[in-house]
Amino acid sequence: MLAATALSVVFLRDLFTIVMLFGIYSLLSAGFFVTMDAVDVALTEAAVGAGVTTVLMLGTLALTSRKEKISRTPPSMIPLGVVVVTGLVLVYGTLDMPSLGDPDAPIHQHVAPRYIEQSYEEVGMPNIVTSVLASYRGYDTLGEVVVIFTAGLGVLTLLGIGGDDRHRVRPPEMAHHLVLRVISRAMIPLILLYALYIQFHGDYGPGGGFQAGVIFGAAIILYTMIFGLAKAEQLISPLFLRYMMGVGVLIYGGTGVLTLLLGGNFLDYDTLAHDPLHGQHYGILAVELGVGITVTAVVISIFFYFTGRGSQSGEDEQ
Amino acid sequence: MSSTLGLYNYWIVIFLMMVGFYVVIAHGNLIKKVVGLNIFQTSVFILYITMGKVDGGAAPILDDAVTVYSNPLPHVLILTAIVVGVATTALALALIVRIREEYGTVEEEEIHEQDESL
Repeated sequence: MLAATALSVVFLRDLFTIVMLFGIYSLLSAGFFVTMDAVDVALTEAAVGAGVTTVLMLGTLALTSRKEKISRTPPSMIPLGVVVVTGLVLVYGTLDMPSLGDPDAPIHQHVAPRYIEQSYEEVGMPNIVTSVLASYRGYDTLGEVVVIFTAGLGVLTLLGIGGDDRHRVRPPEMAHHLVLRVISRAMIPLILLYALYIQFHGDYGPGGGFQAGVIFGAAIILYTMIFGLAKAEQLISPLFLRYMMGVGVLIYGGTGVLTLLLGGNFLDYDTLAHDPLHGQHYGILAVELGVGITVTAVVISIFFYFTGRGSQSGEDEQ
Repeated sequence: MSSTLGLYNYWIVIFLMMVGFYVVIAHGNLIKKVVGLNIFQTSVFILYITMGKVDGGAAPILDDAVTVYSNPLPHVLILTAIVVGVATTALALALIVRIREEYGTVEEEEIHEQDESL
């Protein structure tokens, strides 16, 4: 199924269809992740791939063109040849790979057993993914958050600055559709509540800052699409979002510095309370909060900038 | 599980990866290239998650009734990779929007033509 969807992406020229198919493709792979027991990953992929990426790509399409132009140079066979040869080499490589689900595969021999056996005593959280994410591999995650923050800054530099605010034409709102308005009024609080649940329940079930941030962002994006950019910017000002992007990273880094000051290593949460397990709990909570804030702020501001651009270039054409 | 079936997932991964690769190198439309890159990226996610699967294992959330869990480490890596992926995709799309504003097109050939005519 995944393969079929991916193939159709190659052959179609209507970019709108391609983007929609890509959303379906993401949702399918989220389903695949569930069958592979990776519930956290599935949750993220469903929210990010099928939700936010699709919305952003649609935003780009609105700003550019819907159709792919037919290339004037005749299609060459070289790319196809390169792809087939590379593929065959990779297939040859897989012959040495351990087969699916083999418990003796090398990947299951190294640090993974330790995470599974000892994380409960050392970190005290049922969800191993959260323990590894926020505690054992806290440095990595801090790096990821900084990457997201940087990407947010990049979009801000490319699209957010330079527009003249006074002459912005707002895109038509959908607020006059009664059904949309009523349903979204009912849905948005529920989505926000669900995001908070994911945020704070990540220690026990699938979830955490990354997923919660994206779902929270999706709720605001829904609001923006129904009620228009102007009202959404009144609700959450872009300046506030810009600060929050930084605040999230600061909370994360600050937790690390705090543990340093308390005499531990950077991001060693044991020092945060008398009982190491409580310390781990506080630390992970703080770090996940930082992740959630940054991700939310970046997702919403990226969407705002894309929408804001749309109204400006619409004006240019008039 | 027989050895051919055991490797089936890897072959799907390679197929998806090559489809994404083909889209990136053979198509001139920048948005389509980004979609291709994303397909490539997803294939890598699937590769990692496939490796983390253990037969009869449950999702890695500790519970007294379960003894075998799938490997949590690839899940963590991919989880963050997905979110970073959307952030970088957004950056790529922002670049495309700016290119469109400057050149009036998102087709690679037309952009090259305009560059050469300068």
